[in-house]
Amino acid sequence: MKYLDEFRDPDIARKILGEIRRVTTRPWVIMEICGGQTHSIIKNGIHQLLPDEIELVHGPGCPVCVTPLELIDRAVAIASKPGVIFTSFGDMLRVPGSRKDLFMVKSEGGDVRVVYSPLDAVKLARDNPDRHVVFFAVGFETTAPNNAMAVWQAHREGLDNFSVLVSHVLVPPAMSALLSSPNNRVQGYLAAGHVCTIMGWEEYEPIVEQFRVPVVVTGFEPVDILEGVLMVVTQLEQGISRVENQYSRAVRREGNMPARDLIRRVFEISDRKWRGIGSIPMSGFKLRAEFAAHDAELLFDAGAIQVDEPEICISGLVLQGLKKPYECPAFGKECTPMTPLGATMVSTEGACAAYHSYHRHQLVPDVTS
Amino acid sequence: MCLAIPGKLVDVFDDHGLKMGRVDYAGTVNTACLEYVPEASAGEYVLVHAGFAISILDEQEAQKTLDLWDEMVEAAASEGMDIFGMPLDAQDHARGSTEELP
Repeated sequence: MKYLDEFRDPDIARKILGEIRRVTTRPWVIMEICGGQTHSIIKNGIHQLLPDEIELVHGPGCPVCVTPLELIDRAVAIASKPGVIFTSFGDMLRVPGSRKDLFMVKSEGGDVRVVYSPLDAVKLARDNPDRHVVFFAVGFETTAPNNAMAVWQAHREGLDNFSVLVSHVLVPPAMSALLSSPNNRVQGYLAAGHVCTIMGWEEYEPIVEQFRVPVVVTGFEPVDILEGVLMVVTQLEQGISRVENQYSRAVRREGNMPARDLIRRVFEISDRKWRGIGSIPMSGFKLRAEFAAHDAELLFDAGAIQVDEPEICISGLVLQGLKKPYECPAFGKECTPMTPLGATMVSTEGACAAYHSYHRHQLVPDVTS
Repeated sequence: MCLAIPGKLVDVFDDHGLKMGRVDYAGTVNTACLEYVPEASAGEYVLVHAGFAISILDEQEAQKTLDLWDEMVEAAASEGMDIFGMPLDAQDHARGSTEELP
């Protein structure tokens, strides 16, 4: 497939690895934000191919993993109501709430359906005027314009039987929060290529300015990730920090203007709670007041559901790059992708699930930390 | 969640006032909303995330990334070194050769 195969070329990957070896003189800790990149790194063994000096830590860029428990409980409550068709991307169905997940609601007779696009949910509302269709609008900036378009289109068509349960989070505030933490180990970032496809990279310039960390907008294939690492390490070794774009075939500085425009019209920035991290000010989106008729949380009065996170797993520390999945006593024992205790084991983009899928048998807990 | 896949735009049509298109992913064809790539035309490659094209892929930029590495190899070779900084006639690379990437 064009635009994929050539970026998986092992010869090119080897060349870049050689160059990384050549420029690396000291230990560095680099975080990839995006769960899609985490998955690609572990799947392709990139973390094992890099020189020992370079440690990749895995960031909070997995929307499934950072969606707070109470949002899952709200989804479960809404999906259980008669007359509701509850729609979602597939990866949210197995995320455990306090007592149930959405699959359980489905098995108990609730009408829960997986859709491929939020516009499929709008079509369901169009085709089922006697039912109320709710879409679980979860995700980062990449997914926000799609969900904004669904709300916009439903509003335009006068579909008052369509609403969204919003749990949108933003990458730059999370990066700042991690860098501000007294425990921070991150010295450079691979920024999430598809988030930047939408938002561009202007937002990262103040972060680079304030924290003096290199930020490189990076794609998802092995060649992309290795080149991103090389660009970060080159900056670190030279003692400079700026925003660079490795993923130039997809990302422009200003991002996607029509997408950003519709996000602004439909959503406004709000505080958000992140699973495993806590509340981060101005780190998410909520629907603007003029779209209140499409806000499932208001329509179903689900905002009152509040839950505290149980202390059953260390996913919060994993999401902040402070612990590796195999340092959790439950990893691979009580906690597996089939019986997940925390969200990082549920999603294929979660660091725990990636480690468990690709080399759980080779891992020995690091006793030095 | 932020997965996006490149595909070739086959055609463009309207659905309830939205610009839509069919996208071919190496033989599998699916529809995508084109509202965020209004200038996209059939034959171009677009990046699709959750049923929406979010970017038109830039062929020249893609080639630049790949050409850079070809050039690096040539430059190193002209100095009698491979990319790992080893003499070209050396059989084994220092610090262990990398195993096959998938």
